Amino acid sequence: MASTVGVIFSSLNEQNVPELTKLRSIGSVPFGGRYRLVDFALSSMVNSGITTVGMLAKNNYQSLMDHLGSGKYWDLARKEGGLILLPPYNGETETLYKNRLEALKSATGFLKKAKEDFVVIADSDSVYKLDYSKVIDFHIKKNADITMVYHEHVTKKSHYYITFETNKTGRITELEINPVTDGVRKNYINVMVARRSFILGLVQNAIQYGYTSFGRDILSPSVKSLKLYGYKLDGYYQNIDSLVSYFAANMDLLNKNIRNEIFGGRDIYTKVNDSAPAKFTETAKVKNSLIADGCLIEGTVENSILFRGVKVGKGSVVKNCIIMSDDIIGENCNLAYIISDKDSVIRDNRVLAGCEIQPFFINKGTLI
Amino acid sequence: MLTKKECVAMLLAGGQGSRLYALTSNIAKPAVSFGAKYRIIDFPLSNCINSGIDTVGVLTQYQPLILNEYIGNGQPWDLDRTFGGVHILSPYEAKKDTSWYKGTANAIYQNIRFMKMYDPEYVLILSGDHIYKMDYDKMLAAHKQSKADCTIACMEVPLSEASRFGILNTNPDGTIYEFEEKPVNPKSNLASMGIYIFTASKLFKYLELDEADPKSEKDFGKNVLPAMLNAGEKMVSYRFEGYWKDVGTISSLWEANMDLLGVVPNFELRDENNIVHSRSPLAPPAFVEGEVINSLVATGGEIEGKIVNSVIGTNCVIEEGAEVIDCVLMGNIVVKAGAKLNYAIIDEDVTIGENAEVGLPRKEACDAKSKTNGITVLGRGISVKKNGKIPAGEIVDYNV
Repeated sequence: MASTVGVIFSSLNEQNVPELTKLRSIGSVPFGGRYRLVDFALSSMVNSGITTVGMLAKNNYQSLMDHLGSGKYWDLARKEGGLILLPPYNGETETLYKNRLEALKSATGFLKKAKEDFVVIADSDSVYKLDYSKVIDFHIKKNADITMVYHEHVTKKSHYYITFETNKTGRITELEINPVTDGVRKNYINVMVARRSFILGLVQNAIQYGYTSFGRDILSPSVKSLKLYGYKLDGYYQNIDSLVSYFAANMDLLNKNIRNEIFGGRDIYTKVNDSAPAKFTETAKVKNSLIADGCLIEGTVENSILFRGVKVGKGSVVKNCIIMSDDIIGENCNLAYIISDKDSVIRDNRVLAGCEIQPFFINKGTLI
Repeated sequence: MLTKKECVAMLLAGGQGSRLYALTSNIAKPAVSFGAKYRIIDFPLSNCINSGIDTVGVLTQYQPLILNEYIGNGQPWDLDRTFGGVHILSPYEAKKDTSWYKGTANAIYQNIRFMKMYDPEYVLILSGDHIYKMDYDKMLAAHKQSKADCTIACMEVPLSEASRFGILNTNPDGTIYEFEEKPVNPKSNLASMGIYIFTASKLFKYLELDEADPKSEKDFGKNVLPAMLNAGEKMVSYRFEGYWKDVGTISSLWEANMDLLGVVPNFELRDENNIVHSRSPLAPPAFVEGEVINSLVATGGEIEGKIVNSVIGTNCVIEEGAEVIDCVLMGNIVVKAGAKLNYAIIDEDVTIGENAEVGLPRKEACDAKSKTNGITVLGRGISVKKNGKIPAGEIVDYNV
């Protein structure tokens, strides 16, 4: 692969899921029983042969740092390159960056120092697998200025989104920000590839002209003047832009095909905890669920995702729930459509329920 | 710069473990899988780091490939250090002679230079075939307090089994006056656990004496410890109370795995303050659809069949209609639809064909005359064909 450096935004679009990002970056939101959202973009980079990754952090990045550590679990603890945390850097301004472009500005030091020809820039709020080296091959073949990765699905009305149209060659002919649409569109997934020098030039230009929005000030006006190309991500993609989509994406993992697609290759890397194997007692009844190491199951669990170290007491019934690490569910509880953040305790005999379109969220460390 | 370690551990991991038959055909006993996600060597290595000992020499000889690969740079146990850490010590060629390790004492003798690099006051000798959690630091404190030259960890065993062990005969103050290796008529039931702390200078001295003795079998239990005792060195017993199991036989390995089951198991792995570390695999949480009762299931499993009283290792696939009862499944095992497994130990990378039958229910199998007490053993990497039948107590090391 052409020499490439990665940049990951670990805290953009957090406002979409305030419940989960109150205490942490979007990149460190727990997912799928043992992962964090950032694992998907980061593992894809590593699996594409990228060995230098700048991780842009903003605020509340303690849990992100705890997760990433030296980067050793991604084989990114290196003498040359490796994982480099880029904490907020406000330079001459007095405030932290507020958007993608300002965030990218704060990474210019990192990008200038890098020696690689190309750069992959990705968000960390989505679940997918992508071989970025193929995107770079495409980018080189098309002699593009920027290659934007898209996924075809019915556009979700998130806080901010970009869709575009391409011609036969893949060149973007029309680009819209927050369009009013109902159909299946080419949705930009906030993964782009460009030459490192090109990105540095863009950022320099943006500083000069006082641009604030990457989409509105740079991409949108440049559809004709820049060679913007779209690269299609085939396969599974889910953007976590609400509690409902968070719930749905987790539940998608109970589908064997999706599970195999994402995890079959055993190449989504994450921090390793040495929890004991999951224990099922004489009274355990488990159906259609993911059960992580360290769990102790004495009750009934159905259609649920249990993170590490969850305890489900005797006589309790847990259905359609996402229960995060080290939560303790007492005896004879009845839970349905619950998303319970880490370290919470649900006492004996509690009955709690949300529904599919409105899961009930329990804050980290809550005692109920 | 640091130039010294108070205590260095030497872990004897070179044994073949011939009584595990097919399970050690091509891996060393300490690398045998245990408890769904561990290997036996995780226990002494974790004990070391949990006891504050960060310099460990692992002596390998028999089939070391998987063991070496597993230990790697020691990172899973936080034993990747700039000074100290874990080191694989294999037999080497020297100017004078080339030699394999000829016994436990000779193995340590050949690595005196390694130990001396750290200028230790004490040396802890461990073996790689026991399942237990022990704070070696407490034992070291006892060793220092008693001003012993050698402290031997021991525990009480049933008198009827005492002749299988090295037996310590002690005075009321805990000092040892006699050491008997596997006595026919044991005088006490205090069994040596094969865990010794030596004052380093004494260890080096007696290893050199033992090496010079052509009649010696170069064994700690048979030669070095009796020689020290005869010379009047202070040897003290250190009583250990807690779970400890020698997993050197098929039935003891099976039992030790079963000891992990239950809400209050005989041996508890779930202990935040005393974590057993291991090279945890990269796999998603286990997907469970079938019936799982009184069992352990490690990460990466796809469980659609029925599992009862069993320990299921990493990345096992149990298809619909399959039944796994009273079994130990090590890792990467596929049990196809309708297969029935009873009272068996299945090594890594085994595939069991559709509707195959392995072993007999435990009650019936126990009557079968076999060297494994009726436990059926399938060796690493084999396949059992569709509708295949493996009788109870068989040890199978080839495709059937």
